Amino acid sequence: MTLLELRGLEVAYGGIKAVKGISLSVAKGELVCLIGTNGAGKTTTLKAIAGLLPVAADAILYDGAPIGGRRAFELVRRGLALVPEGRGVFGQLTVEENLAMGAYVRSDAAAVKLDLERVFSLFPRLAERRSQSAGTLSGGEQQMLAIGRALMSRPKLLLLDEPSMGLAPLMVQKIFETILAVAREGVTILLVEQNARLALEVGSRGYVMETGLITLSGPACELLTDPKVRAAYLGEAD
Amino acid sequence: MDIFLQQIINGLTLGSVYAIVALGYTMVYGIIQLINFAHGELVMIGAMVAFSVINALAGTHLPPVLIVLIGVLAAVPACMLVGYAMERIAYRPLRNAPRLAPLITAIGISIILQHVALLVWSRNPLAFPQIIPFVTFSVGGAIISGVQIAIILISVLMMGALTFMVYRTKLGIAMRATSQNPQVAGLMGIDIDRIISFTFIVGAALAAVAGVMVGTYYGIAHYGMGSLLGMKAFSAAVLGGIGNLAGAMLGGILLGIVEALGAGYIGDLTNNVFGSNYQDVFAFLVLIGVLVFRPSGLLGERVGDRA
Ligand SMILES: Nc1ncnc2c1ncn2[C@@H]1O[C@H](COP(=O)(O)OP(=O)(O)OP(=O)(O)O)[C@@H](O)[C@H]1O
Ligand SMILES: [Mg+2]
Repeated sequence: MTLLELRGLEVAYGGIKAVKGISLSVAKGELVCLIGTNGAGKTTTLKAIAGLLPVAADAILYDGAPIGGRRAFELVRRGLALVPEGRGVFGQLTVEENLAMGAYVRSDAAAVKLDLERVFSLFPRLAERRSQSAGTLSGGEQQMLAIGRALMSRPKLLLLDEPSMGLAPLMVQKIFETILAVAREGVTILLVEQNARLALEVGSRGYVMETGLITLSGPACELLTDPKVRAAYLGEAD
Repeated sequence: MDIFLQQIINGLTLGSVYAIVALGYTMVYGIIQLINFAHGELVMIGAMVAFSVINALAGTHLPPVLIVLIGVLAAVPACMLVGYAMERIAYRPLRNAPRLAPLITAIGISIILQHVALLVWSRNPLAFPQIIPFVTFSVGGAIISGVQIAIILISVLMMGALTFMVYRTKLGIAMRATSQNPQVAGLMGIDIDRIISFTFIVGAALAAVAGVMVGTYYGIAHYGMGSLLGMKAFSAAVLGGIGNLAGAMLGGILLGIVEALGAGYIGDLTNNVFGSNYQDVFAFLVLIGVLVFRPSGLLGERVGDRA
């Protein structure tokens, strides 16, 4: 069953098209990755899905309903969460306040409390720093916070924009383990990554994006062995 | 009589009012980076509405405190409505416009509101009817009136309630989140339009109470009273560091005290060349001083911190 479907999605900034008609789908429970070079339009695609950019209504189907152009705050209530590029933590709020904002749309206080404990057990580092302001966290800790905050809304579809950006290898590994754990709990994930190898290793399927178009797609294992992908994204010669 | 203590008491009274008004400037600035020059007019409207109601009820045999309370209860929703409407009608369409556009609009709104008030209430001031008996207490050689005590107490209560709301409630955290990063706040499910409306409404409610307090203190209210008071409160907000709640409170109190001490001593200091009628000048001297020596204000953050 399809949870997210893009049908010829186009997104423009002013007059310039950054996304030029892409189609992709993500089934319930799947972890799909979207890879591509700088400026390919990956962030633009995720922002459009999350309701941050104006697009045609029926270019995006979520849970069977057209959501293109709906505003971000409405979509959160329907189970869609984006962890933005660069994390976007609220630097002057504490870790705990950031997480509380993740649960802003929820009114089931008791369950929110349980989820808070769950996030803290997923990321013990955040528990130790719960009353510290988020701006003082390290980059890796901020990424944990951004993911934990998104989980606090109990999303059905989690959009992740370059969670490994700027992190040391050990931290990248930790973040990816968490992403896998979240996926195993049944959360559907669309993962955007520069680190193509890592993304394709955790994802079941992948799409390759270049200058606003999807140029290649298929099962992750096939993309990993595809000569074009190997040359362009995995840094290997044929 | 102890002039110093007396001026401190007077300064605290006025300073409390400045602080309450400054909070409105600083909250709006914190959330949409707009200096709402029409905020002073909300204070005026609060005073005018309340005084109209109080004068209408002055002939009845209701207890005076109840009459004033009814005046406040009329002024607060009236100002909330005007505050909400000015954001909805004038500022929201300009949210993504260059910053100068809403600023000029704010000045325009301020002028419009003054003229509407002129139409409704004429240019004659409204006097506060003699319904509250003038009680005074003497403390250490100075005199404090019942009205002064009430103003200081009510202001402290409102500041406490606002601080609690902003720092301890989910709505308050959402306000702070919106002021730091509205786009990400939207990703949390926060309807930032509602948060912005709410900010204007809270600021307007505070302005309404401030209007009644300052009107009662001076015994008079008129259509132009908002502009000077507004400019002083704005100076107080800048003094404390605009965008910072504690700064607005501190700035307001400090400004009130500086002004009162200045008015109390300027005659002695200048050999009576300048009298206490020059008291209004101190607020603006402080404003200029802050802008020159510490543009971020006493408690203001460096701009880089609000990423
Ligand atoms: N706010 C904007 N205004 C104008 N053009 C933009 C804006 N944001 C992105 N673009 C342009 O749209 C194109 C796609 O950008 P996007 O950020 O989606 O790429 P990306 O695939 O996420 O790249 P990266 O891997 O570097 O994050 C780029 O050419 C970029 O310059
Ligand atoms: Mg990007």
